[in-house]
Amino acid sequence: MLKQLECSRAIAEVIARCRPEVICAYPITPQTHIVEALSELCRTGELAPCEYINVESETSALSVAVGASAAGARAYTATASQGLLHMAEVVYNAAGLGLPIVMTLGNRALGAPINIWNDHSDAMALKDAGWIQLFARDSQEAVDLHILAFRLAEELSIPVMVCVDGFVLTHSVEPLDVPSQEQVDRFLPPYHPVQVLDVSDPVSIGAMVGPEAYTEVRYLAHHKQQRALERLPELAAELAVILGRTSGALLHPYRLDEAETIVVAMGSVTGTIEVAIDELRATGLAIGAIALCAFRPFPLVELAQALAPAKRVIVIERSLAPGLGGALASNVRMALQGRAIPVRTVIAGLGGRPITRVSLRRLFTSAAQDALDDLTFLDLDTGAIDRELARWGDQRRSGPSAENLLRDTRRPR
Amino acid sequence: MFEIRIHGRGGQGVVTAAELLSIAAFREGQYAQAFPSFGSERMGAPVVSFCRIDAAPIRLREPIAHPDAIIVQDPTLLTSVDVFGGISDDGWVLINSSRDFAELGLGDWVKRFHPARVRCVGASELARVHLGRPLPGAPLLGAFAALTGAIQLASLDAAIRERFSGAIADRNVAAAAAAFAMIEPEAVAC
Repeated sequence: MLKQLECSRAIAEVIARCRPEVICAYPITPQTHIVEALSELCRTGELAPCEYINVESETSALSVAVGASAAGARAYTATASQGLLHMAEVVYNAAGLGLPIVMTLGNRALGAPINIWNDHSDAMALKDAGWIQLFARDSQEAVDLHILAFRLAEELSIPVMVCVDGFVLTHSVEPLDVPSQEQVDRFLPPYHPVQVLDVSDPVSIGAMVGPEAYTEVRYLAHHKQQRALERLPELAAELAVILGRTSGALLHPYRLDEAETIVVAMGSVTGTIEVAIDELRATGLAIGAIALCAFRPFPLVELAQALAPAKRVIVIERSLAPGLGGALASNVRMALQGRAIPVRTVIAGLGGRPITRVSLRRLFTSAAQDALDDLTFLDLDTGAIDRELARWGDQRRSGPSAENLLRDTRRPR
Repeated sequence: MFEIRIHGRGGQGVVTAAELLSIAAFREGQYAQAFPSFGSERMGAPVVSFCRIDAAPIRLREPIAHPDAIIVQDPTLLTSVDVFGGISDDGWVLINSSRDFAELGLGDWVKRFHPARVRCVGASELARVHLGRPLPGAPLLGAFAALTGAIQLASLDAAIRERFSGAIADRNVAAAAAAFAMIEPEAVAC
């Protein structure tokens, strides 16, 4: 049943219906509303039995989840931005140990400069930690992906990060359907761990592994991700039957029929891209889009197939890899090995800068005429950049750039 | 699509107002999307929230640059923030003030709009009477319902009761109704 809900609230309610046994929480914007709502659901007894543990840092939050998961409990936590970096060591450990924790990442920029708004820098920073990373294209998918995440995580014994764009999705109030307890139970069986700390059948988890077996353990981490490439679409299809809608996939194609220009993106920008594409299709431009849901594992084969009609590819990148461009575009290029078509990287929406339909339309039109450079920064204020570069040239002690640029944007024009 | 932008200050219920609008529209069978544009969240700082209402599902996620309606919860923002940015001549403007447009220094500016689409309402005063606190959200939304007809007062009441309970809900509903009544005759004539 549709209800007008904040996405964070709906995520909390669906997490509760996934019957987690341990939730560890440390607040950080913009994921805080999720764990606040879960705390309330635990307090009122709506979510029971569940141990809700307030901790003193993100490192502790994920460490508690690791311990709980190793003890056989279904464990959940959420974080964002600096919080993910703070817990980075444990992020790798959770994956390396093969513990099926589910974590919501309320995607947010990384400092410095400190910025609380949305982009994908946090997820990209830990893209190779061994977690499955799923990106929600809208609020409803953000809700549904969590059910899928627990099932996939526990089946393969691998942690899953559900990436939900901070503010743009987490704080949006929309008509949302929170799957019922009956629907979730039908899809998500109780957790049966492949490894568990059990006093009646003792094992140790977390051995030091030398050169004799380290490669093999790491190989298995890759093997699980490859299995996830097969299982994700199957599980998504199964969930679609129960929910009556499509949520979760390796990728979501949009108007790819004879599309000479194909836009690849992830997350909440999908809707605005689709609106821009509808407008351009109406003018006769052969353009379509692909919203990647699975970034890890990366669906090379499926992406290559979806990109088959393309004469050029534009990648909307919500994170900058300084000195290169972007991680997503690099990965997209791997799916196009052997094909001599241009892949243009467009850095957009960093630190909460809105990605507007008008800017996208202009960008796509220009791309379709092959007028884009390899790397473009959408809506870059080149005047402000030129003035700061001039300050660098004028004097050795030009001062902190962030402060200089802030002053520049506030100067009267 | 009907797009509304609300300007106010942290603590005035700017985000809640957009949420209530979206709930009211949803209850009328419309699709609605409400979202905030947070700066650093602190009391008194300028805050903007947005609401889109449409008959079809809403995919667009950009902030509202060209609103159909603007609600200004705090008239002290008029001199510091471009609250009217992007509004067209056939838009709606609602300002929380017991002064009129001329007294606010907007007498000439407001002439570009249809006179029945612009109003100042002393929502903070109404809120003081009904709530005992100057929280202008509910009365402004009552006035908005009367001014634009984009939502019905009954849906707004239901939205308020969905979000709040007990005496707080009753008082907000009363404040919204009082503001609605101040505007309704002209809204009918529009």
